[in-house]
This record gives sequence, structure tokens and C-alpha cells, in this order.
Amino acid sequence: MNEKREILLSVKNMDVCFGKRRNRFKAVNNVSFDIYKGETFGLVGESGSGKTTIGRAIIRINPTTAGDVIFKGEKINGKISKELDRKVTRQIQMIFQDPMASLNERAKVDYIVSEGLYSGARLSDAERKAKVEKALMEVGLLPEFASRFPHEFSGGQRQRIGVARALIMQPEFIIADEPISALDVSIRAQVLNLLSELQKERGLTYLFISHDLSVMRFICDRIAVIHKGVLVELAETEKLFAHPLHPYTRALLSAIPLPDPAREKNKVLEVYDPTRHNYSIDKPEWVEVEEDHMVWANGAELAEYREMLKK
Amino acid sequence: MERAPILQVKDLDVKFNLRGRQLHAIRGVSLNLYKGESLAIVGESGSGKSVFVKTFMGLLDSNGWVDNGHILYNGEDLVSYTTERQWLQVRGREIAMVLQDPMTSLNPLKTIGAQIIEAIELHQDLHGEKARQEMLSILTDVGITEPERRAKQYPHEFSGGMRQRVVIAIAVACRPQILICDEPTTALDVTIQAQILKLIRNLKEKYELTTIYITHDLGVVANVADRIAVMYAGDIVEIGLCEEVFYDPKHPYTWALLSSLPQLGVKGEPLYSIHGTPPNLFYEVKGDAFAPRNPQALKIDFEKRPPYFEVSLTHKARTWLLDPRAPKIDPPEAVRKLATEGVKGYE
Repeated sequence: MNEKREILLSVKNMDVCFGKRRNRFKAVNNVSFDIYKGETFGLVGESGSGKTTIGRAIIRINPTTAGDVIFKGEKINGKISKELDRKVTRQIQMIFQDPMASLNERAKVDYIVSEGLYSGARLSDAERKAKVEKALMEVGLLPEFASRFPHEFSGGQRQRIGVARALIMQPEFIIADEPISALDVSIRAQVLNLLSELQKERGLTYLFISHDLSVMRFICDRIAVIHKGVLVELAETEKLFAHPLHPYTRALLSAIPLPDPAREKNKVLEVYDPTRHNYSIDKPEWVEVEEDHMVWANGAELAEYREMLKK
Repeated sequence: MERAPILQVKDLDVKFNLRGRQLHAIRGVSLNLYKGESLAIVGESGSGKSVFVKTFMGLLDSNGWVDNGHILYNGEDLVSYTTERQWLQVRGREIAMVLQDPMTSLNPLKTIGAQIIEAIELHQDLHGEKARQEMLSILTDVGITEPERRAKQYPHEFSGGMRQRVVIAIAVACRPQILICDEPTTALDVTIQAQILKLIRNLKEKYELTTIYITHDLGVVANVADRIAVMYAGDIVEIGLCEEVFYDPKHPYTWALLSSLPQLGVKGEPLYSIHGTPPNLFYEVKGDAFAPRNPQALKIDFEKRPPYFEVSLTHKARTWLLDPRAPKIDPPEAVRKLATEGVKGYE
């Protein structure tokens, strides 16, 4: 991991606001991170923390209020040219949480999977069909399935259709928003394996958004923790689990249910109290506390975290 | 551990009529629930775990019925109940339930205080000021601060975790013997989930409840259960003490379930996954229901349904592997690792 890593996507001081004037609500607040080519970057947080909004802002579904999103050296947020917009929609794809809700009930799999292809250069019907077949095979489905409707499939199969729909565009970067949360334990493993296989074969880069830290630990190279629209900590996965610094990260890690009764029944819960931070004079910043380990802290806290790392 | 069963289920069969076809949802399940214990029923969606407990409260959908078997509670057979009036004696008062989604299980048009008082008046026969005092004390019990003010609020003014606390308060206000929690924390965030589980455990002590948890999350199970029943295709395939099922599982389905946990996976390698799908219960299942998905299934697994084999006094499993004549098959590596090393925690 130490060779020079190429940055694929970089988010800089991004804000996303909803509503106008008095109802204005800042869902994402001054968020910055880089995603390297070929890695799986995890974004973890509770519901309402803004993790999905970040994903949607990158793919241009939600407009950003401030800051930059830079994809392969080009700014892709705000006003951009039509060609760039088309390029972005091709190269960044999304996989959604609920395979029951995210597939068009009235369309056949054939159309669902190839819908994205209609936007670019026109393909002949035969070419399109061939592409659909190939995409279906790649996610472990049979080409015959193309003529069926979504309701004929189980949850795991539907999620595979969702993956095929993303793959057919030959993207470089996939945003997976809770791709396995709605699935059963045994099906989860299948979809997780599929995602990592595809990554190996095609050198894909993933932004994996989830609230489930045990899944993230298994699949992600680096994890960023978000709380109420603010990134509080970012580190390599094992580093984060070994030395969580920010109190919110620690509370989150201590709450993960572990499938091991001996550990689980004796675990100590840490509760996060946001009032513990005194940010009135000493303002917090997004700073690097050690190599590849970012944390949201003010001067006093930073000193404290450095002290903790020494131990 | 000689304890009297509070609820006994014997050879229960539940069937549903769906578009003229019969679905055999529960296939001959027997279970003893002991007083004061905490039992977790684990299984995938469609394994019948929710249907199973719904029969205890007479809450099956109208196209479903108990085809065979008995549910003995307080010397009465609940299966023989036919009228709503009979069921009302059991529902809430004896057996109460907390459902998965706190967004939908409260009445949006009534203050939460009124909803709790309703349960108190009905089941504890307290009225007026007494009922109000009781309501406030229950709200405090479930960890809601400023109960006076909060009682006057409506469900939409509460967060998800707080709403689930209210739902639990209503269930407890009925002073039940048995509390059934059907996926109580699936809709909640992890930090809130941990708090709610702790709350249910505290209430269980305080009100001397017997609890049944229904969940698919093995992490939650490890936290709350004294005993675990693993359900697959409408049958309990393995049941035992929490430690027995986690550290010494015997049924191949339990093995598969544990091995597919990401916590036990090795990073960079594929995670163990179960192939295929559960059997279609419209058709009679022959042999071991899990056999078609089990790569190591024996010949007899496809032919004859295995009986329960006792592993210990508290632990039994329905698999031919426990028959003395069966070849010795070791559990997968991940499962053995769980028993020897446990899972990685943090720090």
C-alpha cells in the first residue's frame, strides 16, 4: 500500500444544504476526503448523519452548496459542461440499498439493466442485448433472466440485477449505498463476495456506505466515520479498530454487536456525549494526527489524542 | 436447571392457504419455554420464526391456521381458542409483543401518555390519577426523562429509539408474563440498539419477565439469549444454551450461518456463502430441509427426516451427523475458530 497511490476522487470542504432561509439545514458540513484508485472506501454513520447525502452529492443527484468534488482531476460539482456530465454519469454508478424498491416493477430485467445505455451513442438492439447478457453472466445470473420481471426474483438475485445495471456502463467508480443491509445473512455473503470479485477483475473503486461496522471491517480498506454531517475520523480499517481516537468512533465501535456470547455479555458500552467538546474558543479542524489518520479535533484534543497514540 | 416450563409447544403445524395452494409454514415444532429465561429464535426471512410466535397470541393472518399440535399455557391449550374474547385474556395481559418498526406500531393521533394509560386501564384495572402515576413510573422505567412533559407529546415528536422505548413501555404496562420481541432493534442505529437491548434486559429483571427474541442478527443473539433455537424452513433444527450453539454447533445449517458472518471472514478471501435458496414450502419437504444446500449432505439426508439427537441435556439438533453410524464431519474452520479464539472485538 505504500507505493504512490493515485487519487481517483477527492472531496474538498464540501457542504450540502437543504431548505431555504429559516428552514435551512446543513446536512453535510465541511467534509474532505480522498479516495484512491482501486480501494474500497467506507463511510459509516447513523441514520441522518449525512452519509447517503455525500454519496448522492458526488453522483450529482444533490447539488453541493460549497466545496469541490474532483474526479480524475476534473471538478464535477456545480455547473459543468454537458460532455463532462455525460462522462460522469457513465463512469460513476450507484448501487442502492433496497433491491425491492430500486428496480422498476413494470420493466423487464433487460430494460432495467440496459437503461443507462440509451443515454449515450445509440447501440443496435443486438449489441445492447449482448451487453445485457454479458452483464447478467458477470453477476452470476442466467442470460434468460433478461425477459423476466423483478418480482420473479429473490432479494439476493435482485441485488445482483442492481449490480449488473451499474456494471453495464463500465464504470470506474461505484457508490454502494447500504447494498446488503436489506438482505438475509446467508445472501449477504454472496453479494459481498460478488462485489470483491468484480473489484479484483476490473480494478473498480468503491465508496461503500453503511451503518454496519462489522461488514465494513471485512470489506473496506479505509473507513471514515461521520456524525451529524461532520467527518470525525478517518483511518485505515485496522488502524481505526485498533486505535479509535474520537469519542464518537469509540462509542460506535463499542456498540457493534459481536456474535460471540463470551465477549458480548461482558461488553462495556461507551456513550458519546457531544457536550464534552468545548469548541467555543478553540475551534476544531480536520487534521492529520498520524500518517493516514485524520480526526476532527481542536488543539487541546489533538494533544490528548497524540498522547493516546503513544501508549 | 430444573425449571417449570411456562409455555409448552407440542408438534405444532401451521399452514397457510395461498391462491388455492397450501403452504406448510411450521412443520411439527416442539418447544418448552422456561420461566424467567430469555430465548432467541434465529432464522432467515421466511424460516417461519415470526409465524411461530404469532400462534401464541392468535395473530395469524386469516388465511393461516394451526393444523395440528398444542400450545399449553397455564394449563390451557391455546390452540383450542376460537373467539377473540378468549384471546383477549392472553394478548397483552399474559403475552405481550414488541414489534420491529416503532414508526408503525404507535397511534399517531394519540399522545403517548394516553396510549400507555389505555394499556394500564385495560390490564391493571387502575384508573384516573392512579393510572397516570403508574404511566409516569413506567415511562421512567424505560428511560424517558421528563415523563410529565413527554407524556403529553405525540409519537412524531419522538426519535426512533425513543419510540421503541414507548412501545416497550406499553408492552410492559400490560404486566405480561412473556414478552415477545420481534426484531426489536432492526430498524434502529447501532448505538441505540445497544441501549434498547440493555433496557429490555433490565426490565426483564425488574418485572420478572420471560422473553423471546426473534432476530436474524447473531450479534444481538449473543447479547441477549440464554438459549437459542435455530429455525430453518419451518422447523427448529438446533436448540441449546447460547454457549452451546455458538461454540459447539452441530447442525450444518448453524455451521453455515455462523461461517457466513463477516466477523469470522478473512479479509481478501471470499466469505463463506450458502448456495441456493431455502426450500419451497408449498411442497412437502423430504429428508433434511437443508440437505440440497449442504455440499456435505449424506445420502440419508435426502431420504429421511432426521430426529433430534441429544448432545447434552440442554442441547439437541436435528441432523443425521449425530447418529452413531454417521461419518465424522468436522465443522468448518470459521466455526472452530469462533470456539477457540472468539471474534475480533476492538482494542
